[in-house]
Amino acid sequence: MIKFVLMVNRQGQTRLSRYYQPVELSRRAPLEADVVRCCLSRKKDQCSFVEYKDFKLVYRQYAALYIVVGVSDSENELSVYELVHNFVEVLDKYFSRVSELDIMFNLDRVHIILDEMIQNGRVVETNRSRVLAPLAALDKMADG
Amino acid sequence: MSDVVEKTLTALPSLLSLDSQPGSTKLSSTSKLGTLIRGITELTSKHEEEKLIQHELTSIKEQVSSPNTSMRQMKELMVRAIYCEMLGYEASFSYIHAIKLAQQGTALEKRVGYLAVSLFLNESHELLLLLVNTVLKDLQSTNLIEVCMALTVVSQMFPKDMIPAILPLVEEKLNHPKEIIRRKAVLALYKFYLIAPNQVQHIHNKFRKALCDKDPGVMTASLHIYLQMIQENPEGYKDLTPSFVTILKQVVGGKLPMDFNYHSVPAPWLQIQLLRILSLLGKNDQSTSEIMYEVLDESLRRAEMNHNITYAILYECVKCIYTIHPKSELLEKAAKCIGNFVLSPKINLKYLGLKALTYVVQQDPKLALQHQMTIIECLDHPDLIIKRETLELLFRITNAQNVTVIVEKIMLLYYLYLVCSCFLVFFPMNHYTYAPDNEWFIETMNTVFSVGGDMMQPDIPNSFLKLLSEGFDSVEEDRKLRLFAVDSYVSLLQGEPGKLPQRFLQVISWVLGEYSYLRKELEAARVLRLLAKLLDMKNTSSETKSWVLMAMTKLCEGRTGLSVAQEVSETYSSSLDTVLRQRAQELQHLSQDWELQARVLPRDAGHEPLEVDSSLSFLDGFVSEALAAGAAPYKPQHQRQEELAQAKALSLEPYGLSLPISMSSCSIADRQSPTLLSISSGLSGDSTELSHKGGSTSLKLDGVKRVWGREGYLAQREPVEESAHVEVPSPLRSPNHQGEADSQTPTPTPTPDPEQEKQQLASSLFVGLSSQSSVCLMGKSEPTPQRFRRKTKGPGSSSAVGEQISNSLVSTPSTVDNLLCNNLLESNITSELDVSSLEQTSQLAHGLTTANGNCDVELTDSDIKGSSPSLNGDNEVVAADPGSHEDPDGPKDLCLSSHLPAELSGLSHSEITPLCSKQSLDLSACHVHKDDFLVLVVFIYNSSDSDIQQILLELDSDELEVSCVCDNRVQEARSHSVAVCQYFLTVKRPSVHFKVVGIVSYQFPVGTPQSVQFSYKLPLTSFIRPLTLTTEEYGTMWLDFSHDTKQNLTLISDGQEPLAATLNMLEKKLQLHVVEVIGMEGIVACQLLQDQPCLMHCRLHAGTLAVWLRSPVPDLPDCLMYHCQRALQEH
Repeated sequence: MIKFVLMVNRQGQTRLSRYYQPVELSRRAPLEADVVRCCLSRKKDQCSFVEYKDFKLVYRQYAALYIVVGVSDSENELSVYELVHNFVEVLDKYFSRVSELDIMFNLDRVHIILDEMIQNGRVVETNRSRVLAPLAALDKMADG
Repeated sequence: MSDVVEKTLTALPSLLSLDSQPGSTKLSSTSKLGTLIRGITELTSKHEEEKLIQHELTSIKEQVSSPNTSMRQMKELMVRAIYCEMLGYEASFSYIHAIKLAQQGTALEKRVGYLAVSLFLNESHELLLLLVNTVLKDLQSTNLIEVCMALTVVSQMFPKDMIPAILPLVEEKLNHPKEIIRRKAVLALYKFYLIAPNQVQHIHNKFRKALCDKDPGVMTASLHIYLQMIQENPEGYKDLTPSFVTILKQVVGGKLPMDFNYHSVPAPWLQIQLLRILSLLGKNDQSTSEIMYEVLDESLRRAEMNHNITYAILYECVKCIYTIHPKSELLEKAAKCIGNFVLSPKINLKYLGLKALTYVVQQDPKLALQHQMTIIECLDHPDLIIKRETLELLFRITNAQNVTVIVEKIMLLYYLYLVCSCFLVFFPMNHYTYAPDNEWFIETMNTVFSVGGDMMQPDIPNSFLKLLSEGFDSVEEDRKLRLFAVDSYVSLLQGEPGKLPQRFLQVISWVLGEYSYLRKELEAARVLRLLAKLLDMKNTSSETKSWVLMAMTKLCEGRTGLSVAQEVSETYSSSLDTVLRQRAQELQHLSQDWELQARVLPRDAGHEPLEVDSSLSFLDGFVSEALAAGAAPYKPQHQRQEELAQAKALSLEPYGLSLPISMSSCSIADRQSPTLLSISSGLSGDSTELSHKGGSTSLKLDGVKRVWGREGYLAQREPVEESAHVEVPSPLRSPNHQGEADSQTPTPTPTPDPEQEKQQLASSLFVGLSSQSSVCLMGKSEPTPQRFRRKTKGPGSSSAVGEQISNSLVSTPSTVDNLLCNNLLESNITSELDVSSLEQTSQLAHGLTTANGNCDVELTDSDIKGSSPSLNGDNEVVAADPGSHEDPDGPKDLCLSSHLPAELSGLSHSEITPLCSKQSLDLSACHVHKDDFLVLVVFIYNSSDSDIQQILLELDSDELEVSCVCDNRVQEARSHSVAVCQYFLTVKRPSVHFKVVGIVSYQFPVGTPQSVQFSYKLPLTSFIRPLTLTTEEYGTMWLDFSHDTKQNLTLISDGQEPLAATLNMLEKKLQLHVVEVIGMEGIVACQLLQDQPCLMHCRLHAGTLAVWLRSPVPDLPDCLMYHCQRALQEH
């Protein structure tokens, strides 16, 4: 079960957050700060999975951007680790060479893409062209 | 690929300073959003952020409410609001506008509206109701993109009560020509299943249709539903196993279109999902497991590519192989595979390998031996996470011989790195079973308490105290343990008690209060003074103080004691803390009245069960006096609310379903139970008795597992003594000696070289796992290793049978099904399909025909079978080792039922079903219905020529309380005769089906000890009995119950009056009692054994039966509703 997906930069600023289990708004920012601290303090040669409270964090770094996924203990960490990469590949395909700014200026689109891939904490689609199909159709409608 | 991403992202800082963005950034940076984003990136402090966002929020607020704002601007405003919320600033004013945007926008604007709604609102938010109409409209839209959006939001969040309103529309979409619509509709149904399983109960056949959809995406989506359903009830879906196997075979074989590949691995997440499903299905089920051996073998073989994702699949595969019924050949391969993980230089793989090993050693502890050196290395790994995982692994292989070393290792790490206290949290629970002696146990617990301190979960002190108070079999042993504890605590208090954590002080005071009389030469007055010292310490919390005062109450005797007690009680009887004041009063009064004290606090009465008068009948006099004096009668909270709601009711239900207003409008969310309320008020009324209960004797011990069984501890003594020659290091040393722990070696070598040191550590850690000593150790630890061993004895014959079975299952589909399926395929393909999906289908179809067993055809086959589910299988037993049917000599039902105990023979009982059989021992069982309880009868038939003595039968269940009728857990079965065991079953927690798992261990006169696992399933309905009530009683009870569920059920209409017919049928099938039928409505009552009522209100409405169930027991209404529905469908 995936509990949340976060995108944070090295300064600890949240670029995207999506929760699949209810967390009160007031508790999100402290949680995120804590999670980021957990991941940032780790070295490159250390394991990409961290224990955090009663669940686990799976994180992956892309330049200055970290993608952190909170998962339940029973989840297969390595599959989530690769899921993150799949997500980045999808973004890369859509934005053709994605950058942190693309994500910031197109927060809505990134969310739409993520919604196609993960719902209710489950991986619902991983096929890149299928993930992008609905968004592509929307873009086309907007242009035409 | 990822390199490209990284490079681009590295170039960011320079990009930030540029004003014009590269092409992909479609938004103009001069817009308001652009300004906000630039503002955010330039932030340097929290204070600045707050200022910026507050400013932003004001500006958004102004614009959203302006009538001139276009939808396009509104979309931008929503994104800005999303930004603010993401940074933690509430923008609740924009929620309603998000809904409006979803309603009025077009294309991307609408999508952003839906997105904002799903980000802003949680599932129980009231505003979500306003979205229902928009969703309804969009679902009916001719624009596919809008349908798509609506389905997406529905599968993310939807108000539970409104599901009936859109369910038909969603169901309709399951037949849509576009795969994406079908896929999203299935996901929406998955959501419905998650939040309200009862609502989609009737469309299970549609799930099956989705599973055999021609599009792999739709099929994948349906697996989410199946995983969930199989988790809840694996027995119900065994018939689908061949289908899942075939799908996996095709995926592994690369039959899916190329775009499902991820780094040239075919649909890895789909494979993982299927493997999870298979492991659930094959667990404890040999015949089902046999169907999947082949495909698991293939998965292991195929996943040879060196990529993370293949390892993720392998991990799942290994887990599956070790979960299902074992096959030695596969186990070997899987074990080898784990080796690749653990030895990998990649740290992530090492982690996963350790995790897999941790899982696997529970089935086969010997596997740890193969990797012992790696495990030792991992223990000293610089990464904490790896270390933590290794400890977890060690934890699983703990036995009597290595417990001291492992615990020490855990403690050592704790000191050095302050690893989170989780270890300490669960360590004692399991380990006192293996504790070598009293001193070691108490001292270890002392360390745990003083280090773990207040971070520790409260159930550890509780279970420790429970252990002390309940004791074990030997009185002498108990006395020694308590005595040692008392001695140890007195000396601790004489030292520096100020440094001890509060929890520990509480434990100490309780133990001293209860048991210090055991130490004859210890004066009570001395203990009292030590305790009084605690009260004077500055940092003692008031909770601890009340523990101390309670201990003093138990202790005060003699003149000196009295004076200390008087002094203390005077100080605290004026305390501001009411609890402390209460305790002080008790101390004062009880210290002066000997007789009362002896009566209230009998010595050593901790283990006698307390009788709690939960009806609070002792307050009756008080209540009637108050009523007589003119007080208003007590009304439960929900009744008050209901009365309030009657005055100004707002019906939130869809119009079609409304029930009588007096009932539908009451809200029963999280109200406190009336008993709880009155207990707290009872405290003041009957203080001494209740407070005593609250404090010392009724520790919160529910839910704490009792690991320390009657024979557990003492049985361990022997192996420990035996192992003395293996050199178990001396009991735990004090913290400052910890550094030497590594060099604790059997031989006193002064400076052992590191390699040797590791070897020695290994030998002490893994002692007891090697084969020589395994016989006695494994006999008692886990049954599974034997399962494994047994399997290796004759793998040839049974696997051959398995192959036969799987072959015959694969080749079943007939030509008729084939035609049917083709029709289905054709009718679904329409000219509207876009080229790519046509290509996919043809590709897939091509793949299917070349594949061994045709996936679609077979699925359709099972679909047809599934539409008329065999109810027998669902209600009855599925045995773990279904081998008895192969045994022609097996006992027959008829002769077994003659063995039913005389007192049960006249009663109705379920069919006698075989549980398991092994080596001429056959187990069967049935349950017997009595009016006030349910008895499970297990028959043990010994078909061999020799008698079997010492048959130990242990049963357990998560939801049921299993208690043996007579205390004869150990049985003997003479040759060719039947032994019978009886168990009372009572419900702990309602569930649709209950599962009792058991293990029987026995030994032939010649031969090694054996054990077999089995499981027995019985439906909730076995526990349901009619409840005879009058209509008035029904009325009062109805209002008192807090848990309810409502649903529309199908009516039976065979000519006569439908309501009466349906109720009669339910009465007959489920043992309900029809209280009264009034016109269109009927009231029915039943009880769950023992005495847990459930009431049912039925009403004819628009051709269906609107049923409303209420009960004081959580989950009972839902579970019973399920059975009502089943009963009606069955009809």
